[in-house]
Amino acid sequence: MALKGGRMLRLAVPLKALIQRFAFALLLTAAAALLVMGKADVAMVERLRTAVVDEMTPILLVLSRPAVAVNRVIDQGRSMLFVFSENTRLREENARLRQWQDVARRLEPENARLRRLLSAGVDPPNTFITARVVGDAGGPFVRTMLLSAGERDGIEKGQAVVADGGFVGRIAEVGQRSARVLLLTDLNSRVPVALEGSRHRAVLSGDNSRLPRLEYLPAGAEVAVGDRIVTSGDGGLFPTGLAIGQIVSVAEGAVRVQPLVQLDQLEYVRVVSFESPRLPVAEFGRGGGRR
Amino acid sequence: MSVVAQTVTQRLALALPGLAVLLSVLFEIVPLGVRHLADVAPLLGLIAVYYWSIYRPQLIPAPFVFAVGLVHDLLSGGPLGLMALVLVALHIFCVSQRRVLIGRSFGVGWFGFMLVAPGAALLEWIVASIYFMHPMDPVPLLVQLVLTIVLYPPLNWLFNRVELAVARAA
Repeated sequence: MALKGGRMLRLAVPLKALIQRFAFALLLTAAAALLVMGKADVAMVERLRTAVVDEMTPILLVLSRPAVAVNRVIDQGRSMLFVFSENTRLREENARLRQWQDVARRLEPENARLRRLLSAGVDPPNTFITARVVGDAGGPFVRTMLLSAGERDGIEKGQAVVADGGFVGRIAEVGQRSARVLLLTDLNSRVPVALEGSRHRAVLSGDNSRLPRLEYLPAGAEVAVGDRIVTSGDGGLFPTGLAIGQIVSVAEGAVRVQPLVQLDQLEYVRVVSFESPRLPVAEFGRGGGRR
Repeated sequence: MSVVAQTVTQRLALALPGLAVLLSVLFEIVPLGVRHLADVAPLLGLIAVYYWSIYRPQLIPAPFVFAVGLVHDLLSGGPLGLMALVLVALHIFCVSQRRVLIGRSFGVGWFGFMLVAPGAALLEWIVASIYFMHPMDPVPLLVQLVLTIVLYPPLNWLFNRVELAVARAA
């Protein structure tokens, strides 16, 4: 009996090591398999993603609280320090804005009159859904953000996301109470844009750097540093005329745009709920299953 | 203390290493509002897996490490399986080398991490480059690596406290 037990023990130790090795190999294989599946864009992977993100969002929301509190205190301290210079800057800005207000007042009735003359339709007003940012990519390979609002708040895939008056990105995945924003700097982001002055159309494509590239400019289009870029509304996904940024460099082969919004310091963003006024949405493949 | 309360606290203490690993990974995702940090968030998960694989490998079994890595990948929106692969590989390596590192001084632990973390980052870079089918910019990853190594001492201190609590309960 004692002999048998001893033999069992002698066998059990290598067996345990063997099982452990097997488990290690299995896990590494599973990770590799997941990478291949994710690359192949399996629908199941996306469902798993939204399900897990939905469950984890409340936890992230709690974890982000201390950081938010600390940042508020720092912000308050900073604004106390710079209260005088800030006041001067705001006064100047206010004076400038008053002039613009006068211009806008003058142009508004004129614009309405001209629209009536042309019988041009009026763009429907956008509605906004405010959401808190609870997660970022936490790594160098993607540029995304997690929001603590989802389908139940009225967010849909493909909607534009703005903050501080500038375009941030679009909704790439949406769960019940969470959503993922693909930032305009991400490698996979393509936004149809227009130059604000000349109305030339182009595509703003991200490459994971801070400054996305302006591509597919029409031949002969003149661009200069400082030109403003807005959404063109082509494709019917985003409303027309959302401010995106300014051209900061024009080099041979690459026109770079600086986004208006500081993308990595956002606490809240607004999701633009927008129905294309002219085009039936389904024809543009917006999610396919929307009907 | 009653027997029940004792068992409960013991159970809780034994769950602490796993919780530490999970929280470390989640804090990579939580936005801290620090400028430019989102692209180069320190890889706290590497520190946690390194530490606990050396000190309490039986409390963070490989399938758990895999799951935590997967949660990171799902939340970050990055390649699914990337962080799971890196963390499990790190776990396997550290478990195999734990006899060399266990019970050594803080300096030796940090030095060990300085040797191991670049390996993990290199693995991450290679797999990501294959995944995206084009060599990734190594600079953000290097910045991440440096930040992670700099943050090792405070995290090590914190984990040492937790380790004491676990040792008392076990």
